[in-house]
Amino acid sequence: MNAVSKEAPERQEIETLLPWHAAGTLSRRDREKVERAIANDSELARHLTLVREEQQETIHLNESLGVPSARAMEKLFAAIEAEGAPAPVRRSFDLVGRLSGFISGFAPRTLAYGAAAAAIVLFLQSAVLIEVAMKGQPDSVVGRPELASAPSNVHAAIRFSPQATSSEIISFLNAHGAEVVVGPRNNGSFDIRFTGDVSKDEVFRKVQRMQSETKVVEFIATK
Amino acid sequence: MQATSDEELIGRIASGDRLAMQVLFARHHVRVYRFVLRLVRDESVAEDLISEVFLDVWRQAGRFEGRSAVPTWLLAIARFKALTALRRKPDEELDEEAAAAIEDQSDDPEVALAKKDKSAVIRKCLEGLSAEHREIIDLVYYHEKSVEEVAQIVGIPENTVKTRMFYARKRLAELLKAAGIERGWP
Repeated sequence: MNAVSKEAPERQEIETLLPWHAAGTLSRRDREKVERAIANDSELARHLTLVREEQQETIHLNESLGVPSARAMEKLFAAIEAEGAPAPVRRSFDLVGRLSGFISGFAPRTLAYGAAAAAIVLFLQSAVLIEVAMKGQPDSVVGRPELASAPSNVHAAIRFSPQATSSEIISFLNAHGAEVVVGPRNNGSFDIRFTGDVSKDEVFRKVQRMQSETKVVEFIATK
Repeated sequence: MQATSDEELIGRIASGDRLAMQVLFARHHVRVYRFVLRLVRDESVAEDLISEVFLDVWRQAGRFEGRSAVPTWLLAIARFKALTALRRKPDEELDEEAAAAIEDQSDDPEVALAKKDKSAVIRKCLEGLSAEHREIIDLVYYHEKSVEEVAQIVGIPENTVKTRMFYARKRLAELLKAAGIERGWP
């Protein structure tokens, strides 16, 4: 009797920890405590199965909620522009570091779901390309990215494939000597220009070559 | 290659770095949106709220002391914004919404069909939980927050976090039972 009454609260505590055990967010000490209890208690092991079932459906439910539209981002950055901020200090440009930061910030689970992942990748591309677009701009402009500003020396409009990774896009732009000037626009397109002195014919040939790279390019046209 | 940490981004944001703001937004906006959407149940409101959440981050980045992880801080701000938005709705409207979510299960033909699919029924019942119970289940299962982090986000003691989660699961089991799924727990 004493053993039962002494054991019950401990078992109850283990029971309450099962959701965190399933999510992998317990401390090492608690995790080991739960694992020991489960190994010796088949009923607790069965409860863990129920917890995992709940967890799986909760994840499914949340992932099915989709992603916010671009309106949220536009509203945010319009408000930030309106508020203004202290002039930022120029920092060295670490594109690769920033890029890996972008990608690592998304949980694999988030990226696993098709439609949501595509939308995220599109957004991610946009953010990366804003960084690319800012490369080499004067200090006074750094920190003031425009989501859609006035074009200058624009050669083509491009929309990237949602499946293209950010590193593929950057390699693609570098390989073709192109850089982003403006974007993303509401339809997800960017304006690009080619570096150096390029003739109209050369622009046309470059765009044709880029058009053939369908893994990265969804749409491209001269302007 | 070392990725820029959230904490570093907050430091840059505090000095007015808009690119850092874009990176932070890209990393976290979807999860913050889903957390808020599950609370307010309105996509348009949820989108407005995430703009407000990140605008607060822009304004308050200099005051971030790192007592909690950045995602936990974001969810705490988001929760406050969502609850403030919900308070603007009349109570009757909230009760009706909650009741509808639960009562639907018995006679909705879609639900009758869904009964054949246990997963669909579980999801339907998850949607039928109260906001308080939905919130804690989402934080633990989907946002993968520890007991301590949930306590920070919701603003309750850690023991209350554990008991609230227990009762949320218990309520879920009751809803499942009412929908014809007996799980033998609690």
